[in-house]
Amino acid sequence: MKESTGAGATGIGLWWEAIRRDRKAAFGIVIVAAFVLVALIGPLFVGEPDDLVGMPLQPPSLKHWLGTTGQGQDVLAQLIAGTRVSLAIGFGVGIVVVMVGALVGVTAGYFGGRVDGLLSLLFNVFLVIPGLPLAIIIAAYLPTGPLTLGMVLVVTGWAWNARVLRAQTLAQRRRDFVAAAVVAGESSFRIVTREILPTMTSLLVAQVIGSTVYAIGAQVGLEFLGLGDVSAVTWGTNLYWAQNDAALLTGAWWTFAPTGICVAVVGFGLTMLNSGFDEITNPRLQLEHAWRAYLLKRGRLPERSTPVVVDHE
Amino acid sequence: MRYILRRLGFYLLAAWAALTLNFFLPRLMPGDPAAALFARFRGRLGPEAMQALRETFGLTEAPLISQYFTYLGHVLKGDFGISVAYFPSPVLEVIGTGLVWTIFLAGTAVIVSFTIGTLLGVVSAWWRRGLIDTWLPSTLVFIGAFPYFWLAMVVLYVLGFTLGWFPLGHAYGDDMTPGFSATFLADVVRHAVLPIATVVLVTLGGWLLSMRNTMIAVLGSDYVNLARAKGLSPWRVVMRYAARNALLPSVTGFGMALGFVLGGSLLTEIVFSYPGQGYLLVQAVRNQDYPLMQGIFLVITLAVLGANLLVDFVYLWLDPRTRGSA
Repeated sequence: MKESTGAGATGIGLWWEAIRRDRKAAFGIVIVAAFVLVALIGPLFVGEPDDLVGMPLQPPSLKHWLGTTGQGQDVLAQLIAGTRVSLAIGFGVGIVVVMVGALVGVTAGYFGGRVDGLLSLLFNVFLVIPGLPLAIIIAAYLPTGPLTLGMVLVVTGWAWNARVLRAQTLAQRRRDFVAAAVVAGESSFRIVTREILPTMTSLLVAQVIGSTVYAIGAQVGLEFLGLGDVSAVTWGTNLYWAQNDAALLTGAWWTFAPTGICVAVVGFGLTMLNSGFDEITNPRLQLEHAWRAYLLKRGRLPERSTPVVVDHE
Repeated sequence: MRYILRRLGFYLLAAWAALTLNFFLPRLMPGDPAAALFARFRGRLGPEAMQALRETFGLTEAPLISQYFTYLGHVLKGDFGISVAYFPSPVLEVIGTGLVWTIFLAGTAVIVSFTIGTLLGVVSAWWRRGLIDTWLPSTLVFIGAFPYFWLAMVVLYVLGFTLGWFPLGHAYGDDMTPGFSATFLADVVRHAVLPIATVVLVTLGGWLLSMRNTMIAVLGSDYVNLARAKGLSPWRVVMRYAARNALLPSVTGFGMALGFVLGGSLLTEIVFSYPGQGYLLVQAVRNQDYPLMQGIFLVITLAVLGANLLVDFVYLWLDPRTRGSA
């Protein structure tokens, strides 16, 4: 709880700091790493997910640990095969969403004026148009597949990141080191990529994680509605088939419970990682923690301390 | 006044953007959109229906720009074309049957969630690090990590299927005749409890945290300290002095939340087979009923924009400072 950020540690370095020092972050990284491991090598240990291995809708048993689906496939094999596809789309979309958001947001924040007005208008419009209905009609028109799904998620998800990054860029733009770079005659491209973006590395990584959580959830939702490739094995299509085979009305809880828990646990792990990281890098939270620790040491109960979480947008 | 005009302009622009998106989406389909669209309906529809369809979409031989204006004209007249799945009902009529249910469901859910969440936020900010403040937010955040529709399925499974406390779906029982009788309304409420409760469960945390965080900031400000020093009752200090000001950011979020719930209620309606917009939309997608699909998207979008505009007005009324620039 002393100084938390070693001098010179930025971006990825900070992440290692966070993971080493913060219990939340360590917990999060363990969960996420476990799922990535399952996604990478898990399919080697289970059979083909599409194989019909037994009677339909069998409850969990020693032979089939998580029972069988409405068509007689092994639920565990489907779950593990689904992990691979769903995580791949989740992380992929998470990265692309932030890249698009950064491109628009940083351009708007850096150039300001008319460019800013136009781009801000664009992402504000995208923020106000309801995302799920838009995603549904786009997905309905395009051929089904992971690429369509990814594209739909990017279209409906980039605007929030653009807004946050624009605000951040605006703040950085006024700082002296940017002015110095402008005076030194550096090109706009170089200032953005070499001067401004590096100061935002930790924010960008946090956004990638947040966007990945969004992408996994939204992807599962769309596939649940039957808008993915229903012949592929993913978390979302597993739930789609569970719903279609009337899992609820036949009491076959094992066909939908494990998938939902997996989505939640991955999301929870990623969120823990993010908030653990926030505790380490956010000076406000640091101050409050230090103050509380000080008061406790003096034998006083930390009551309503100086309010530090003031968020004015 | 300038503020209102600016917001009005923004929403008009957003509506136009949605209309334009709606126009270009069918044309993004791989291959010739008209051919692809009509190949699916051949044999199912008579020639005059095909012609009507063609005209609504503006999928004629005319150049794109004049197709676009034909389409805008049709939409402005409220002509969204003819539904394929519910042929020969006009799209607008089909949408009308579902809209009431969706607005009832989403509206009630948002209002209930906002009220309870905000009050809990006040409570947890006042008794900071008390029982509610320690446990409730993290529990709700944990619940929020589950996919919404999955939670709804679990709730339906446990409370509806296993325990049999609530009906398994639909807006009212098959044996009911719609009308304003007490038994019918009671049945509607009984059917709406689970869908609304699940939406409230997952949205509550957001309201709680937002209110709690601003409340904490406001409670530390000088005028609240003065109110306390004057010896006013805690109730008065919290409700009249602090909460009223802390409410402002939550109100801004209200419009966005309404949009989120209106859109998200699609999933609620699927899980509970509730006959609203979302149920219609997914049926339309499965039946490849493109006119209905697009109509629903437009109606949902316009409803969300309208709700946002309304919230802007409320904000103007709540916060005199915004009126200063007017």
